[in-house]
Amino acid sequence: MDGDVSNADTTPPDSDPARKRRVHGMLKLYYGLNEEGKTVDQAESLDPCDINGPHFDPEVYLNKLRRECSLGELMDQESCMVKQIRSLDSDMQTLVYENYNKFISATDTIRKMKNDFKKMEDEMDCLTTNMAAITVFSARISGTLQDQHAQITKLSGVHTLLRKLQFLFELPARLNKCLELQAYAQAVTSHRRARCVLQQYSHMPSFRGIQDDCHAIMDKLAQELRQKFRDGGSSAKDLSECVELLLQLDEPAEELCDKFLTHARSRLEADLLGLEAELRPVLSIGPTSVVVPSTGPAGRLSATPTAGSPIDPTSPGNPFLSPSSRTDILEFIDRGCNEFVSSLCLVIASYQELFVNRPQESNLAYKNIPQMAVGKLHAFVDSLAARYFSLVERRIQEEKSVGDNSLLVRALDRFHRRLQAVAKLLPGSAVPSQGTEIVVRAARERVKQYLAALQSFYLDSLTDVRQALAAPRLGGSSAGGGSHLGVPAAGKDALASLPELLSSLSASILNQIKTVLASVHLFTAKDITFSNKPYFKGEFCSQGVRESLVVNFIKFVCQSSRQFCESAVDRGGSTPPALLLLLSRLCLDYETSTISYILTLTDEQFLVQHHSPVTAVTALCGEAREAAQKLLNHYVKVQGLIISQMLRKSVETRDWVNTIEPRNVRAVMKRVVEDTTSIDVQVGLLYEEGVRKAHSSDSSKRTFSVYSSSRQQSRYTPSYTPSAPMDTNLMSNIHKLFSERIDIFSPVEFNKVSVLTGIIKISLKTFLECVRLRTFGRYGLQQIQVDCHYLQMYLWRFVSDENLVHFLLDEIVGSTAHRCLDPAPMEQSVIEVICERG
Amino acid sequence: MEDDAPVIYGLEFQARALTSQTAESDAIRFLVGTQSLKFDNQIHIIDFDDENNIISKSVLQHEAGEIWHISASPADKAVLTTCYNITSESRVVTSSAVWRMPPEWESGSHESPDDPHNSHNPQSLDLLCHLDNSAHGNASCVLWEPMGDGKRVISLADNHALLWDLTESSTQATISSSATLEGKGQLKFTSGKWSPHHNCTQLATANDTAIRGWDLRTMKQIYCIENAHGQLVRDLDFNPNKQYYLASCGDDCKVKFWDVRNISEPVKTLEEHSHWVWSVRYNHSHDQLVLTGSSDSRVILSNMVSISSEPFGHLVDDDDLSDGEDNHNDEKTKEPLQDSIISMYEEHEDSVYAIEWSSADPWLFASLSYDGRLVINRVPRALKYRILL
Repeated sequence: MDGDVSNADTTPPDSDPARKRRVHGMLKLYYGLNEEGKTVDQAESLDPCDINGPHFDPEVYLNKLRRECSLGELMDQESCMVKQIRSLDSDMQTLVYENYNKFISATDTIRKMKNDFKKMEDEMDCLTTNMAAITVFSARISGTLQDQHAQITKLSGVHTLLRKLQFLFELPARLNKCLELQAYAQAVTSHRRARCVLQQYSHMPSFRGIQDDCHAIMDKLAQELRQKFRDGGSSAKDLSECVELLLQLDEPAEELCDKFLTHARSRLEADLLGLEAELRPVLSIGPTSVVVPSTGPAGRLSATPTAGSPIDPTSPGNPFLSPSSRTDILEFIDRGCNEFVSSLCLVIASYQELFVNRPQESNLAYKNIPQMAVGKLHAFVDSLAARYFSLVERRIQEEKSVGDNSLLVRALDRFHRRLQAVAKLLPGSAVPSQGTEIVVRAARERVKQYLAALQSFYLDSLTDVRQALAAPRLGGSSAGGGSHLGVPAAGKDALASLPELLSSLSASILNQIKTVLASVHLFTAKDITFSNKPYFKGEFCSQGVRESLVVNFIKFVCQSSRQFCESAVDRGGSTPPALLLLLSRLCLDYETSTISYILTLTDEQFLVQHHSPVTAVTALCGEAREAAQKLLNHYVKVQGLIISQMLRKSVETRDWVNTIEPRNVRAVMKRVVEDTTSIDVQVGLLYEEGVRKAHSSDSSKRTFSVYSSSRQQSRYTPSYTPSAPMDTNLMSNIHKLFSERIDIFSPVEFNKVSVLTGIIKISLKTFLECVRLRTFGRYGLQQIQVDCHYLQMYLWRFVSDENLVHFLLDEIVGSTAHRCLDPAPMEQSVIEVICERG
Repeated sequence: MEDDAPVIYGLEFQARALTSQTAESDAIRFLVGTQSLKFDNQIHIIDFDDENNIISKSVLQHEAGEIWHISASPADKAVLTTCYNITSESRVVTSSAVWRMPPEWESGSHESPDDPHNSHNPQSLDLLCHLDNSAHGNASCVLWEPMGDGKRVISLADNHALLWDLTESSTQATISSSATLEGKGQLKFTSGKWSPHHNCTQLATANDTAIRGWDLRTMKQIYCIENAHGQLVRDLDFNPNKQYYLASCGDDCKVKFWDVRNISEPVKTLEEHSHWVWSVRYNHSHDQLVLTGSSDSRVILSNMVSISSEPFGHLVDDDDLSDGEDNHNDEKTKEPLQDSIISMYEEHEDSVYAIEWSSADPWLFASLSYDGRLVINRVPRALKYRILL
């Protein structure tokens, strides 16, 4: 019930959450919930009947009870009330008792405090009197000590001053001593310490004297230092110390830099002169030493297995190249690196130590020294490096022998590597990049030299092949004694070696290319410092090696081959035909396999990444094929021409009207057949057989007899009748209608049959044209008949389509018949007999 | 644009000699000499009617022998020379003579050419005079003085060049001067050409692989192109408009163009034929047009603009470009002309030994192959208009 009161107090809402509650409360009110009902009851505890309420009125309550309750209830009410009253009474008694106890103990405590305070007050008084006594004493002591303290302070000040003065007065002597002992550093330190003071008190005569003395000594010292600095002999460390001291002595830094650099320059230039001296004797001997290897057998870039071994210029076999007169490039570069570059690095390092990287302990005057010094250093290094580079380049240019590339590469590598040191020391310098440029130029030059070497090697190989082709033939013809059996036999000797020549030629070229590639490959080796430069990674591989070396060489091969075709016409076939054939096969081989092999090899070796457009394999192959075709065509032309000339001479020089009855095949026809046979052999060595139009197995005999008996008969018989001309024309025209037009000098295919067909076509057509320009007697016609029959017997087997031979021979005999004054053909059987007889 | 089809005429005999009738400037007329050992040789006079595309021929007998070369006088239509073989049982001699065609030959000329027997009673040539050169060997050709009055000829015989004066209406021939080719071996002129330039004082000859120029006033050699061709030089022709330009052809299948002031290298070389080139001819009016005939049975018409006298084509004002006849100038483009093969004529089936432009119609030419086929062709119209307009 008590708790309810507080509950009722809180009912009026006075806060935000309470407002919520009010709403809530209103709802509750509406529903008349019991809790609210209670509060309502509480609110109405104004009711005088509430025994706990403030407005309790015992009268009313009693009346109410009396009115409402039964007796029993009243009794219960009464006993309950009595019980409550009693408990309330006892509670009250307890409380009162307790309060009383507490009050008593509090009274005791207060009383005790009162006693203590009194005691404390007494002690405080005592303390106060003591403090006053202390103060008085202290004041008295201070008063007595005051005088002496001031005196001591003054004395100690005087002492310090005296010591300083003593230092000053002793300074000249000390400096002199230092000078004597060459302890310059100490002297400078001492002087520096005294300098300001002397400066400050210079208006006093005594100090001025000291100052002047010091100045004199220091000047002397500076002089001495400068002298030392000027003398080149001292070590770099001494020198740097020297500079350090001079700087401290307020020497102008710029002048010092200049002096330092001039000094360094003189030493470096001595190095350079040494290098140049090494270069100079080479220059004077140069012409001979360059000529000798190029003319000597060893000078040529040989295909022998020893090609890989360097052509040592200092080999004892070569009298012009004594070791003293020429150091190899590696030594040269080594010397350059060890002497020039390393001392340059040293100079740079000590210079930077002295002038650039100085700790900024020093005064304002030094502020802009680093910039100035760096600028001077750069100019200095650049000028010297330029001279060095020009020397190196001169030396590299002398490196013409393409024998051993590793030496050059190693030299370049060393050169490049050592320059990296400069790069580290002098970050902004252009020197390393210039060095790289030199390396790049050298590499480029090298590739060019290799190309030239390859080209001259190729031409030399061709000369060798030419000689090889010529030599056995010469021997053979002298051995054969000029009989016409000897010639083809000797020819065969030479020809048998044709495939070997071809294979050795192509192998040696390929070998050479590989050797060169290997040499050039050194430029990109992993352990070479410059190989990771972008040029060597990209352009060198693709443009340098692939394009300007390999591709250019292949192009050169094709081009020089083509030149054989163009020039030889005017010079009357100075190129041996066998060489043409060989080259054509070579080019064809290149087209089919070699080019792609070489390029693949190159690409693999050099990991060529084609940033820039490169020549495609197909383009090169096309070029090679074109060259092969041109060479083969030219071969056909030349061989055809040789046979043609024989035939033409034989027709033109004979008096065909007044010739005797034929008894033999003319020797020239035999010669034609022999030559054709040897050409057949020759071509067969290098080219495949090729496709023939099918002909019957016994075509030699059969077609021949058909040709002679039926066809020839049918053509000649009418010529006895008066209407002959029309008929022969008609016959030949009809025949032509059904045969294809023959292109005489037409391109041939890459096989033996096609080549032979071409040659025979040219020869027979010439025969035809020559015959048409002559007039024949009866026996002249018969001789031609015999000759043609003989050719027919032997030539059909060489050509792709024997009808071609038939047709051309028919034409020849037909034309001869037309040009014959008395066309009486020979009996076929007689012709056969004569031809069989040989 | 449809070009007219070629007109073909067949002779009964084999033939090598062809010339246009030089003095004739109205009718298109060609003379062909035949080669036959067994029958009487003939000279076929072939008239071509351009309008109707019809050929009419008349035949004159040339009893002296088979004709190797024929050449018409530039002054007199009726006069011509031939080189011919005289054959006996034991000897063959080539000789040359000046002939006159009988005045009535034209009367019989309108018979149909299809009838081969119209010549059963043909007229003969009248002999004017022999160019008697028995002392000088076999004649290879006779050249009239270009654009001359028909009074001077040159004959080439073996290694001699003989300059003849024809007098008394060409019935008398006297050697006025001569030149002899000296050298090792048997030198022989194969062909020659009388230059129309320099007042007709120059002659070019071919022997073996060399081309030589001669000054007719002194009869001295003035230039010599050694090894002009890889093999035999077959024929020469002078550019009618450019005095120093010369075309040659030969057995190396090439046609070369020379500037005789600089003979070390040819100005231009054509390599289109697949066998010997026997004949080369400049068009008389438009020197970019060059004809060549070869024993590969082809005739090739080339347009050598770059070395012609009109390297940039005809310079014409735009006003003149009105639509002329046939409305064909729409094809005309003003791009620079380039050397090119205009066309390859393949009507022949045997070696073509002679070709000739018509003297009357500059757009028309004849070619003669050994089997006696004469083909008359025209320059393609497109090109013709391009040159003209």
